[in-house]
Amino acid sequence: MIVAVASGKGGTGKTTVAASLATVWDGPVLGVDLDVEEPNLHLFLQPVITGSEMAHMMVPAVEEAKCTYCGACSELCQFKAISVFNQVILTFPEMCHGCGGCMAICPEKAISSGQRELGEISWGRAGDVGFLAGKLRIGEAMSPPLMRLVKIRLDVMLAAEGGDAIIDAPPGVSCPAVNAVLDSDVILLVTEPTPFGVYDFILAWEAFAPLGKPMGAVINRAGLGNDAIYRFCREKGLPILAEIPYDRAIAEAYARGRVIADLSAELKETFISLRDRIRDLTKPSQPQKAAHA
Amino acid sequence: MNRIAVTSEGPSLDDQIDPRFGRAAGFVVVDLASMDTDYIDNGQSQVMAQGAGIQAAELVTRAGVSCLLTGYVGPKAFQALSAAGIKVGQNLEGLTVRQAVERFKSGQVEMAQAANRTGR
Repeated sequence: MIVAVASGKGGTGKTTVAASLATVWDGPVLGVDLDVEEPNLHLFLQPVITGSEMAHMMVPAVEEAKCTYCGACSELCQFKAISVFNQVILTFPEMCHGCGGCMAICPEKAISSGQRELGEISWGRAGDVGFLAGKLRIGEAMSPPLMRLVKIRLDVMLAAEGGDAIIDAPPGVSCPAVNAVLDSDVILLVTEPTPFGVYDFILAWEAFAPLGKPMGAVINRAGLGNDAIYRFCREKGLPILAEIPYDRAIAEAYARGRVIADLSAELKETFISLRDRIRDLTKPSQPQKAAHA
Repeated sequence: MNRIAVTSEGPSLDDQIDPRFGRAAGFVVVDLASMDTDYIDNGQSQVMAQGAGIQAAELVTRAGVSCLLTGYVGPKAFQALSAAGIKVGQNLEGLTVRQAVERFKSGQVEMAQAANRTGR
């Protein structure tokens, strides 16, 4: 099972929840940081990194001696990453989305695969919890290509070692956020009961609901703000799987990079219960609404 | 026949120069000898998420011009125009197309050595 921990608003506690959930998981589990623009799961899990590799995307490399300047590649490319000007062919590797269309369409077979560095993928282990993360190269404009490569490695690791994965997703509702939840079996939406949290939570719900995956809410900083989030969840039949209290001790532990499930027996119980309710959500025999009751 | 392109907000010599190159409304192509004009609409580049400057450079290259007069050119567009052998006269915003062409004909437009806008 792959659990994606997502949110509309940033800073609501995705990483806090993902780290604690991984820590209380019963059985083999991988903590996966797919927030490749600003990965921080490692700050909480503190894994020992056992391997890493640079990740690259395929971009066009033109063998100009073979090029007849026919312009087929230029016409095909929707991103203007390859372009023909009279008797000159130019490539703009940073514009390329890596579709490979130019290589396929070139009648002279003059275009081969060059590389653009996307970032780094690293893996390791934090006690019982496996760890995998992507880190985007500074200046790289697109995060989904790197995220896809991290997910390929995730599939390989899950196939080899078995177990479940907990994905720390990037915030928001655009391509990176959707990409992070796309292959999951359950989506957790972490929010806080403030007007900002609720507004972005609704955006996230609207973005992810069409995926048709089991989804549940985790309310962080419960006790703050108002009850709008509770009303929204009730209206949409979206189960609230856990509430984490608005508590100075939690904020202090977070600020020190601690996993908050380790902070007290009560908090540990909160995350164990969250884990069990996530498992219930994915049981095919049990419809979503029953888990909420 | 020496033809030049001018980024323009409209199709005629008396329209204002569009200060942007990649996302210009269009290009007035002027025959310097006869002052006859053609107009190339650039709407297809304006709506692009990225690569507008490169596509605009493709359009003016296809028009067979030797020089482009405009306001601002970004680095990728400048590279593309250079590759196509098209000279660039920039910082001409605020003029009409006709005024820019007259200024060019009188030799008062210096050809740029580099882009005058940074890319994204």
